[in-house]
Amino acid sequence: MRYLPLTDPDRCEMLAVIGAPSVESLFRDVPEAARFDGSFDLPDHKSELEVEQIIGALAKRNMAAGDVPSFLGAGAYHHHIPASVDHLIQRGEYLTSYTPYQPEISQGTLQALFEFQTQVALITGMEVANASMYDGATSCAEAVLMARRITRRDKAILSGGLHPHYRDVTETQTRYLDLEIVASPTDVTGSESLAALIDDETACVVVQNPGFFGHLRDFSALAAQCQAKGALLIAVVPEVISLGAVIAPGDMGADIVVAEGQSLGNPLGFGGPYVGLFAAREKYVRQMPGRLCGQTVDEDDRRGWVLTLSTREQHIRREKATSNICTNAGLCALAFTIHLALLGEEGFRDLAALNHARAVQLAERLSTVDGVEVVTDAFFNEFAVRLPRPAADVVGDLAAKDILAGVPVSRLIPDDPDLADILLVAATECTGENHIEALAASLGEVL
Amino acid sequence: MGHSSDLSRNRAAGGAGSTGDTVLGHQGLRLEEDLLFELDSPGQSGVDLPAIPAVESRLGGLERRTEIGLPGLSEPEVVRHYTRLSQKNYAIDMGTYPLGSCTMKHNPRLNEKMARLPGFASLHPLQPAETTQGALALIEATAQWLKTLTGMPAVAMSPAAGAHGELCGMMAIRAALDAREDGTTSRRRVLVPESAHGTNPATAAVCGFTVDPIPANEAGRVDVDAFKAKLGDDVASVMLTNPNTCGLFEPDMIEIARLIHEAGGYFYCDGANFNAIVGRVRPGDLGIDCMHINLHKTFSTPHGGGGPGAGPVVLSEALAPFAPRPWIVHDDSGFALVENEADTGDAAPIGRLKAFHGQMGMFVRTYAYMLSHGKDGLAQVSGDAVLNANYVMARLQDLMTPSFAGPCMHECLFDDRFLDGTDVTTLDFAKAMIDEGYHPMTMYFPLVVHGAMLIEPTETESKRGLDDFIAVMRRLAENAKAGKAERFAAAPQLTPRRRLDETTAARKPVLRWTPEGLEAEAAE
Repeated sequence: MRYLPLTDPDRCEMLAVIGAPSVESLFRDVPEAARFDGSFDLPDHKSELEVEQIIGALAKRNMAAGDVPSFLGAGAYHHHIPASVDHLIQRGEYLTSYTPYQPEISQGTLQALFEFQTQVALITGMEVANASMYDGATSCAEAVLMARRITRRDKAILSGGLHPHYRDVTETQTRYLDLEIVASPTDVTGSESLAALIDDETACVVVQNPGFFGHLRDFSALAAQCQAKGALLIAVVPEVISLGAVIAPGDMGADIVVAEGQSLGNPLGFGGPYVGLFAAREKYVRQMPGRLCGQTVDEDDRRGWVLTLSTREQHIRREKATSNICTNAGLCALAFTIHLALLGEEGFRDLAALNHARAVQLAERLSTVDGVEVVTDAFFNEFAVRLPRPAADVVGDLAAKDILAGVPVSRLIPDDPDLADILLVAATECTGENHIEALAASLGEVL
Repeated sequence: MGHSSDLSRNRAAGGAGSTGDTVLGHQGLRLEEDLLFELDSPGQSGVDLPAIPAVESRLGGLERRTEIGLPGLSEPEVVRHYTRLSQKNYAIDMGTYPLGSCTMKHNPRLNEKMARLPGFASLHPLQPAETTQGALALIEATAQWLKTLTGMPAVAMSPAAGAHGELCGMMAIRAALDAREDGTTSRRRVLVPESAHGTNPATAAVCGFTVDPIPANEAGRVDVDAFKAKLGDDVASVMLTNPNTCGLFEPDMIEIARLIHEAGGYFYCDGANFNAIVGRVRPGDLGIDCMHINLHKTFSTPHGGGGPGAGPVVLSEALAPFAPRPWIVHDDSGFALVENEADTGDAAPIGRLKAFHGQMGMFVRTYAYMLSHGKDGLAQVSGDAVLNANYVMARLQDLMTPSFAGPCMHECLFDDRFLDGTDVTTLDFAKAMIDEGYHPMTMYFPLVVHGAMLIEPTETESKRGLDDFIAVMRRLAENAKAGKAERFAAAPQLTPRRRLDETTAARKPVLRWTPEGLEAEAAE
């Protein structure tokens, strides 16, 4: 077995030192009744070549979004990842290191986390950010719990433009806590008004920008209304590239910003692992969940970094912790940071501009197709279109033509007949004009 | 205060580095490195993009008008920056990483290669199911292995990490109790051993339970009599790690399962240490109701400096109906996903724990690891892991103080009695290991022994590697007993940074770089 270094002579020698007759005898604390004495219905070990063949065959049974014209979004986006990102994150010093609890020999991971926290704070327009969460949806749920701790109130208002999975995760994670979730009706056009729902019991209002249907909104007025009532505004950003083109949520007055960071450095990967971004006003830092990296000095007065404020965390506080979270998305956060480091100010803004331009081209072209109506007026790189028949059927027809046309809203909100004909389409820098043309032409054929 | 980077400061001062006689503070291969933000060349970028087509903006007047403040660097500068930073890290690839309870074993690179196949890496989670049959088949195959190895009938694949899996399991228990007791259970108490991971009580709390600790007996196991005394009709569950965090198998597991069920509660097993028994013991045979599996521990997905993880949860028949969405169904036409409440039929899922379908990239790595080992290799994994831990214990027990009599399972626990009267603490001992080229063992955990040192060599250490490690540990123990406490207190000396001031870091948190921070320093 190629991964196991011990040889049989090693094992004999070691057992002699231990004074045990066999490896089995070391398991003597395991009661007879607990030992499995049958044979597992599983294969024996395989060579590297055989494993590659088996898994390679499974990979080939998928239609990779990178290989065909693809317009899928809804919280996961196909972007180009510079080669150096994947090269760097596969360095063993990053890939095979543990959580940096021993700072003297973890300064690399720690400094990168400090850079990550700074980048996240900058792009969201916030004061502080943590060292990442599992994903955007779990970040959203944790933000609601944080708002509850800060305000000591028990009601959360969720926008009808919030990604259905984010809403679902938030409702699930809070279902056994005394927290009332008020979910506003689905908001296709981005015209809902949430201010009237805010009362003295409201801990937070959760909005999303761009909204699930792609629309962009200015939440400044809502932020002021929240503040007046003592509630917090939580802004969710499902597509982090948008922050290169759109006013940052922090500049609109958000108190907590959470985002899905997948678009920078991380592949689609069928939905995970991704990286949740979590940023807030500095005054709330001690109520934040998750790991935090902080600057300090060593015994020689040289600058260095440590994990800090861990008295919030489960390994110290146990049942009184701010969250049960014990991990971050370390390597995904590193990929995010390296990709954003490569882009820099100019590159990030240009990438955002390119995404928007491709989406505008897509919208303009699709609006010339008979039966297609673009329903989102202000958007970043994704928008909703109304089709003359169920969007899921159209997507199925186009998949047969090797085009991934977008996400039918019914995939996530199946029980609303008004939404059955709505399709979400996204464009990124990977969307070529030939892809747009192929989609428009094929839509023309199947509608 | 060393606020600005030492390298920047040394450069500005025209040399005479702070760490010695070198101009910039570098010491041979040990290189100082500024923060990214201090390497800014405004306008520079490491990415060349295609031309941006001219279009009329549809951002609705919400264009970002202010500068973000991101630094500009070319690709070679970024590659060098993160390469230099990487060299400040210890890693499994560099040496023995004896962190008990964390399982730092070799990460096969084949698994990385498989996860990067475009058919997985470039797959969107919301593509039509007929275009993702290979991915769904792989998740199902991985799930099948997990169910077979644990002897459990169901598994929820979506939890993103061990603690997330705990949340899944405890919510399923809460839902099952609610369903049994007309909608709202009055059972609120969860029994958790004092030796448990901190995530156990934290998870119980976020599910609305209260935590009641159970003491350990003198042998480091759950005190069954004490456990019995705590049972009652307000008890929802017991959360038990097996093998436990002292590195010991709980021999009374089957009896504990019987008792908790008799009392009307459910048995949550923390599967963090499943790697010690994989291929030999099926936790389902012990009578548990659910167990999360940290894929990075037992099945060697990389730790990545703190994640990402994956924490599938195996479930008993009693809890299976409450598994979170999504799950995969299979018929003649292939695989499909059940994603929404409307499609869940007779099941009563707790809801959804994560966007999309779980940590697919980790499933691919896990499946590659399982296929590589096979059922024979997995039994060898647990056998060698236990053998290595017992070998380390056998060769250190004359100089150090094992907390409990052996044999141990995959990790051996020492306490600090052997340091009595030496002025050397567990922390000092650990930091001295760093100067000897080793990552410290887990310190001060579990909480049930004084000055704990928990050593887990894992099965991927060679005998030669263990002998070197043992030689170092023996010498350190001898030095401590020989009264060389000052050498321990001053360790580490040979690292990129020496001990760091964690108190100041927590008292005056500096959690990000700011240009103002630099100006403030200049004004001092």
